[in-house]
Amino acid sequence: MLEIKNLHAGINDKPILNGIDLVVPTGEVHAIMGPNGSGKSTLSYVLSGRDGYAATEGSATFDGHDLLEMAPEARAALGVFLAFQYPVELPGVGNANFLRTALNAQRRARGEAEVDAPSFFKLARAAMKALSMPDDMLKRNVNVGFSGGEKKRNEVLQMAILKPRLAILDETDSGLDIDALKIVADGVNDQRGPEFSAVIITHYQRLLDYIVPDRVHVLSAGRIIRSGGPELAKELEANGYAGMVAEAA
Amino acid sequence: MTAVAETLDAVQSVTDGGYKWGFSTDIEMDMAPKGLNEDIIRLISSRKNEPEWLLAWRLKAYAAWLKMEEPNWAMVHHAPIDYQDLHYYAAPKKKPGPKSLDEVDPALLAMYEKLGIPLKERAILAGVELPEGELPQVAIDAVFDSVSVATTFRSTLAKSGVIFCPISEAVLEHPELVQKYLGSVIPAGDNYFAALNSAVFTDGSFVFIPKGVRCPMELSTYFRINARNTGQFERTLIIVEDGGSVSYLEGCTAPMRDENQLHAAVVELVAMDDATIKYSTVQNWYPGDAEGKGGVYNFVTKRGACRGARSKISWTQVETGSAITWKYPSCILQGDDSVGEFYSVAVTTNMQQADTGTKMIHIGRNTRSTIIAKGISAGRSNNTYRGLVKVLPKADGARNFTQCDSLLIGDQCGAHTVPYIESRNRTAKLEHEATTSKISDDQLFYCRSRGLSQEDAVGMIVNGFCRDVLKELPMEFAVEAQKLLAVSLEGSVG
Amino acid sequence: MSASLKPSALQGATEAFVTRFEGLKARLPGDGDQREAAAVLLRRTGLPGPREEAWRYTNLRSLADQEFHEPLTEVADCAELLARVPDIDAPRLVFVDGRFRDDLSAVPPTAGVRVGGPAFGLLARPEHEKLVALNTMLAEDGAEIGIAAGVDAGTLLLISLATDQNGRAVAFHPRHTISLGEGARLTLVEIGLGEGVYLHNPVTSVVVAKGASLTHLRIQNEGAAAFVLSTLYADVAERGTYDSFTLALGGRLTRAEIHARLGGPNAIVHLNAAQLLADGQHADFTTVVSHDAPNCASRQTVKTVLTGKSRGVFQGKIEVARAAQKTDGYQMNQALLLSDEAEMDSKPQLEIYADDVKCSHGATVGELDPEQMFYLRSRGLPEAEARSLLVRAFLAEALDPITHDQARAAMEAAIALWWERHPA
Repeated sequence: MLEIKNLHAGINDKPILNGIDLVVPTGEVHAIMGPNGSGKSTLSYVLSGRDGYAATEGSATFDGHDLLEMAPEARAALGVFLAFQYPVELPGVGNANFLRTALNAQRRARGEAEVDAPSFFKLARAAMKALSMPDDMLKRNVNVGFSGGEKKRNEVLQMAILKPRLAILDETDSGLDIDALKIVADGVNDQRGPEFSAVIITHYQRLLDYIVPDRVHVLSAGRIIRSGGPELAKELEANGYAGMVAEAA
Repeated sequence: MTAVAETLDAVQSVTDGGYKWGFSTDIEMDMAPKGLNEDIIRLISSRKNEPEWLLAWRLKAYAAWLKMEEPNWAMVHHAPIDYQDLHYYAAPKKKPGPKSLDEVDPALLAMYEKLGIPLKERAILAGVELPEGELPQVAIDAVFDSVSVATTFRSTLAKSGVIFCPISEAVLEHPELVQKYLGSVIPAGDNYFAALNSAVFTDGSFVFIPKGVRCPMELSTYFRINARNTGQFERTLIIVEDGGSVSYLEGCTAPMRDENQLHAAVVELVAMDDATIKYSTVQNWYPGDAEGKGGVYNFVTKRGACRGARSKISWTQVETGSAITWKYPSCILQGDDSVGEFYSVAVTTNMQQADTGTKMIHIGRNTRSTIIAKGISAGRSNNTYRGLVKVLPKADGARNFTQCDSLLIGDQCGAHTVPYIESRNRTAKLEHEATTSKISDDQLFYCRSRGLSQEDAVGMIVNGFCRDVLKELPMEFAVEAQKLLAVSLEGSVG
Repeated sequence: MSASLKPSALQGATEAFVTRFEGLKARLPGDGDQREAAAVLLRRTGLPGPREEAWRYTNLRSLADQEFHEPLTEVADCAELLARVPDIDAPRLVFVDGRFRDDLSAVPPTAGVRVGGPAFGLLARPEHEKLVALNTMLAEDGAEIGIAAGVDAGTLLLISLATDQNGRAVAFHPRHTISLGEGARLTLVEIGLGEGVYLHNPVTSVVVAKGASLTHLRIQNEGAAAFVLSTLYADVAERGTYDSFTLALGGRLTRAEIHARLGGPNAIVHLNAAQLLADGQHADFTTVVSHDAPNCASRQTVKTVLTGKSRGVFQGKIEVARAAQKTDGYQMNQALLLSDEAEMDSKPQLEIYADDVKCSHGATVGELDPEQMFYLRSRGLPEAEARSLLVRAFLAEALDPITHDQARAAMEAAIALWWERHPA
């Protein structure tokens, strides 16, 4: 279970999150929506431990572990996965090499046996098939020369292989055409189950047609101003953010 | 893919810090007194029963050396070297007639184990019989200090007409070849260190690949400095006749010492029509300690002549060791349509200094060269790429592509790029690109958010940065090289 | 090392210059000690020789073989040269044979200008650059141009004319300083024209204060037999800009050497150039850009077109000091070889001591792209025209940043004229 209490955070002393309270119970998928600049990406970075994004107040725990005190790799080993809005290119680093190294680093940290190469490739091929990705994706360098859509699918592929317990998807839908969007959504839906939770950060309601969230939260100026069921997303789609933001202010 | 996986395992198995190959072996030495003069040169020559012409050649080189000055243009700094304070000859005491490997000093075999020479090679060195009909994959001419003490597979190689032996033996058994080619690529008076080597070289490897023969195995040599104050002056000569090919591997480690050790090797390659030579080096001589104390001075002259049409010489090097590296493996592209390649990774940490690169001299028509150089600087080190691409007037259609990339780790190091681009032919096309960067915070965070530790992330990004070079190495070397990169940079990012 | 330098013509030439100084020094204006020191320096080291790294591609042998004299003192007639000065509406400072000519000049109202003696400035390093030592020893005249803080001084022309002295080879060594106060602006258009055999060895110091901006456009169109060896030092403070473009067309043996230092945060330096060379011309563009402060940017685009038996040289060094984090340094050097006898030597160089920097350089040498040529010809362009078109396109990248319309037009016209005279 992800529990965020009164979280204040910013970049280099500039406050961006101004007291976020959020609970995502195990097994649930929550969507966080909000206009540009509301702090959506900052929240994802604070939860995953990016340098420079420091919490100044409040707490964020996952299954009782204090996330804010942990190194990024330790959070990953705990099962927290961030699908990046802008996946980073790693020239010269093969995708398969990267994924297997990451998987085994996490397994090692958890005291689990490492996955040998044949089992890994079996696992990876199955995951790629499910995401309609060509085999050569594994041979290419991580995100180098990938189209926007390929990068996003690569993030979902990583999620499918690393099998996190908490996935944070930071605007994974941006830049995707409708076919790619469905593939990405299927990838997330496949993970859904009693042990998997997700925070889906998005600007548009579109993705939520395919991944139906348990709860929807609206973020504005670094705070959650409204929470509700999936119908809240539809309301936003119909009326926009402006009215809701004004109402909250 | 399995090699990559194996590499990762290897990287992870590497334990913390230090120079794990820093040890020395206790073998009785037969050593000449310190100092350099004509008498020492005569001594070396007589110990090796050399013919008169070679002694004369050495003395001529010595006379030239006396008139030369140590080069000072490289971006390296060191205390003056006292050339009279070194031993120029040392050899393991010979037991009478070691006809087989069983008779080789067990201490030497034990050393190969510590050096991490792959098991199959150790087994070969230990004299394990191979199943009938199976060809060994790697032959080793091990140089222990200055004298070759073990040579394997000469009979297998001899069947195909390949000669692979210590150069001291070649001088005696194939004098016509040695006399014809020795110094033909790097003349005795070429530069200060080459002249010194020509005067006092004690041993090295000799390879001759006759017409039309593709060498059936990769040839490999491990060099090692052992005796205190023993200058190392290897001399390697590789000749490949028309249509022949060979892949030669060279790797070295050096024992930990407090005093600086001088290493001035010379490597000459000759490729005739349609011949191919691939020369790969992994160099991790002792780099000195964190304060810059000790370490090897590696002043090497390597040059290949593409004499024949369509010949090809490819240099690949991974340089992680030595206190100072001064090294420019070069290609003289004389034959029409000949090809020169230089792939290099140079890593410097702590107080290391490296000034390395290549020269590509385009003489023949349609000659082509490729240079890919990756420099990684960390600590308080300085890492310089220095390269020359020269196109002479007759080299119609010559092509060069050069890519130099520098990666800086930390703000106390230096990364420098000094290319010289000289074209005297209208139809030649030369392209040079250089970049300087650091490992980006985005890349580090991305890797860490997937579960990699900071050091593993750095290792992975650095190996990615060097990939274009590492992929040129033969597989077993690539694994060793990746491991070396990770070991070398341990603790550099913090 | 120095053994091979002696007993050279360079030594002889050095002696000749020093001897001339001994004869002249009573008459030379300004600080005598500085001149004496330069003479001592020069006598000790001589003129730069080919063994020196900075001069490996430019050999002064032909200069040393030439005997130079003092320019004649009578007022030279330079109507013909004046007629060739491009039409740019701006006040002007005109030097003839290295001496300021009040009668030909129009001193600007907005700039503080002092003439009538060398303006030594504080940036020059005679101990490092031997030609600067030579200049220091013999400098006779120069301009001191000062723009007060906050003043936009518009455009100013600095013109050097070298007159034909009836076959007598002459040498002159003007010494200029240009300093811009905080927030000041100036576009300086420097034009060099001449006839006959001469050595023009100017040294210029440029100081750009906080937030000030100097645009320096240089048209070197000197005589075909001239030696033109210029050295410029620029020091740019916080948020200051030194934006320069050098067009080199003339001269037999020429070198434009620039040392630019980015001394305050967010400073900008552009050192762009185009060299068009024909016959036996030798032209060298040498730059050292020193990033000494964080967040600075430097840009260089240098293009060389070579025909005939010409030789082009580019040496460009970017130095990044430890303190200069977030440096953005870029350098591109491209050469077109249009003849079988031309030679291009290029040495782009990076020397980096800070880790968080973005520095890159590129260099290419080659001929015109045969595919592009064919494409144009297949569309009906005659070969010469196609070539001319592609060469101009090649030069455009270096010229494009020039926003001063009249100067840009003058350069285009000079290039067009050059092309007419030297069709490849």
